[in-house]
Amino acid sequence: MAEAVHTTMEHPASAHAALQHHFENMEQQREAGTLGMWIFLVTEIMFFGGMFMAYILYRSYNADAFAAASNRLNVTMGFINTIVLICSSLTMALAVYYSQVGKRKMIVVMLILTMMLGTTFLVVKAFEYYDKYEKSEIPGRLFPSRPFNWYAEEEHGKQVTQEPARDAATERNPQAVPTGQEQKPDASFASRAEMFFFIYFAMTGIHALHMVIGIGMLIVLTIMAWRDRFSPEYHSPVELGGLYWHFVDIVWIFLFPLLYLLGAHGISGGH
Amino acid sequence: MIDAASMGGDLPVVPPKDNYINRAYSIKSWLLTKDHKRIAILYLITITFFFFLGGAFAVMIRLELLTPASDLVQPETYNKFFTMHGVVMIFLFLIPSVPATLGNFLVPLMIGAKDLAFPKINLLSWYILVIGGIFILYAVVAGGVDTGWTFYTPYSSTYSNTYVMAAAIGVFITGFSSILTGLNFIVTIHTMRAPGMTWYRLPLFIWSHYATSLIMVLGTPVVAVTILLVGLERVFRVGIFDPAIGGDPILFQHLFWFYSHPAVYIMLLPGMGVISELITAFSRKNMFGYKFVAYASLGIAIYGFLVWGHHMFTSGQSIYGSLVFSFLTYFVAIPSAIKVFNWTATLYRGSISYDTPMLYALGFIGFFLIGGTTGLFLAAIGLDIHVHDTYFVVAHFHYIMVGGTVMAYLGGLHYWWPKLTGRMYPEGWARLSALIIFVGFNLTFFPQFVVGYMGMPRRYAAYPDDPVWQMLNVLSTAGASILGAGYLLPMVYLPWSMRYGKYAPSNPWGATGLEWQTTSPPPTENFEETPVVTWEPYEYRPREEKVVVNKILPTD
Ligand SMILES: [Cu+2]
Repeated sequence: MAEAVHTTMEHPASAHAALQHHFENMEQQREAGTLGMWIFLVTEIMFFGGMFMAYILYRSYNADAFAAASNRLNVTMGFINTIVLICSSLTMALAVYYSQVGKRKMIVVMLILTMMLGTTFLVVKAFEYYDKYEKSEIPGRLFPSRPFNWYAEEEHGKQVTQEPARDAATERNPQAVPTGQEQKPDASFASRAEMFFFIYFAMTGIHALHMVIGIGMLIVLTIMAWRDRFSPEYHSPVELGGLYWHFVDIVWIFLFPLLYLLGAHGISGGH
Repeated sequence: MIDAASMGGDLPVVPPKDNYINRAYSIKSWLLTKDHKRIAILYLITITFFFFLGGAFAVMIRLELLTPASDLVQPETYNKFFTMHGVVMIFLFLIPSVPATLGNFLVPLMIGAKDLAFPKINLLSWYILVIGGIFILYAVVAGGVDTGWTFYTPYSSTYSNTYVMAAAIGVFITGFSSILTGLNFIVTIHTMRAPGMTWYRLPLFIWSHYATSLIMVLGTPVVAVTILLVGLERVFRVGIFDPAIGGDPILFQHLFWFYSHPAVYIMLLPGMGVISELITAFSRKNMFGYKFVAYASLGIAIYGFLVWGHHMFTSGQSIYGSLVFSFLTYFVAIPSAIKVFNWTATLYRGSISYDTPMLYALGFIGFFLIGGTTGLFLAAIGLDIHVHDTYFVVAHFHYIMVGGTVMAYLGGLHYWWPKLTGRMYPEGWARLSALIIFVGFNLTFFPQFVVGYMGMPRRYAAYPDDPVWQMLNVLSTAGASILGAGYLLPMVYLPWSMRYGKYAPSNPWGATGLEWQTTSPPPTENFEETPVVTWEPYEYRPREEKVVVNKILPTD
């Protein structure tokens, strides 16, 4: 690279191989990396914050529909996934620890374990999504053959009991307009439940996307660890990866109670 | 002009043998560069293109409004023109304008660093802007967008049949460019300052970029997720902001303005940083109330997040909410006024020279004063309901965006042009264009205050056939032609000067600041050796006096 050949500002030969040309020393480089990752996580908080805002507002508008729709999620699967992610946070933390003390094999083992747990989470999530597809609970007309249908099970002869009877009156009235000073929406029960599923898919989908990116990052870290790139003097990539992974876990720790547990009528998941 | 001594006397100026421009010449050495200075040049070229693209739409708008009837283009086409003018100008020019070009170039130089903390991320941010720009260009070429730059739901999500998706994806992508720039600046300013460069020795340019970066990293993700939700709405074909399923279109406005009001300060604060540098350099004085100006930047950034509701007085938000937002909006005038007063106080008894950058700086102060005080009119709920969505609002924010940001951008570009290119721009032509821009700008936008106050709404291709209204609109269009000529002039003489301009010395203005202590243009590593800072910011008072005073005897 042409930019790097200049001699006057080169680091002395004693400098660490991983020291980039524009930093004075490893300490400064590590500090910059850590601060950068924390600021990135702040932007992530703001990003998810917009969706949490939508969730809070719409839950307060549509508490009954949200509770009923939330009951259709599989709490058992959500619970298993929560445990899986907490375990993956432990293995990630251990990977960081072993990188600090410089045990190459243990870093690799822990990173692979973290990846496996992350993949388990995604597989369970995929089953949950497929279940929603089967039950026609994917909002809107993303799959034209299976548009959202809150009453799909009822139409198959099963009994659904959650909905209050009064909603039959406003049923199938999607053209309802806001009335009164408070602009309280006046939509049918089923379509308000559809809103819950929209938010559920948006939030868990973006969370899952972060998991996928995280696993990609873990693959890179594992290869770097395998090639013995890390040492007690230089392990900040593992540390930064750990910060990101913990953040993604924490988002799920918020999502699980908000989406699965809040207002649930029974732990069986409703059906 | 500055005295000859500080310019290196009569010695002929020779360009440095080795600098960031002549280090390598291949296209690849530019497109894969990790040098913040080269990335700044890439940004400069990119946003100049988008500035003139957005300007072309402005020309069409002004031509249509020459006559009351909608006769030049169909109203639908007009809707696309003002939308694309807004989208291109805001997301592809104003947001990256000062920070991505001058900021990118100067932040490491001013703090004595070799580069930004994350050079690869810096390059990535340019590519992201280009990719986002391509999406927006596609939307423009394919047939346009007509939602207004605000993308209000449910029009954007349900009813508009134009290329909303491409434009929205473009805006979503460019947001990440801005986030990465902000992140890079914050980390760089925190961790990479040269020895002795304490926080209170930082140039105010750095303080204002720090404040801007805070808004970039805190605000931009929110508008990103908002646009993402609108996009998901179009993918799922179910409206999250749609009352029919228990949603609320007002939530979109809240989320949008939560970013887009602070975004005004993303556009303005870096310009204020430029002005602080220009005012001190050309009045040969240190900044009056340095710490107040520094903290005013942070104050503006923080209060800026608490006032978004002033865009929604007529949206049906709670009147109590409006009261609070109105009050807080008045509050944000305090740090802004601190800046104006302190710039003015700095001018007082300074030895002022009217070089081109200073002309822009003085213009900025005047325009910002008018734009800012009319902002207070708009913060008053009753008056805002009267002038909401009229040309009064259009004139107000153009005084801030064009009269503020663009003036600061051009002033800064001239001031640091010798540092960027190693050549001087032609002073006579530059002063002439600054004057043309000053006249053209006022003629364009001042009549809009009047016609807006009389009730002319924005975003309509036609207006009532009233001779006064038409006269004001004709004045505005005439002004826009003059303004356009003023903007085209630098497009001629600045590239000309890169080949034919005089070689610039290291410090042509005799200014303080580390960026003037290295060669023009600087070497790739910025400094021969890491500078050590032992002086306070803006020490324009002669050095020998300083030695006599030596901080023990009473000053002055
Ligand atoms: Cu605002």
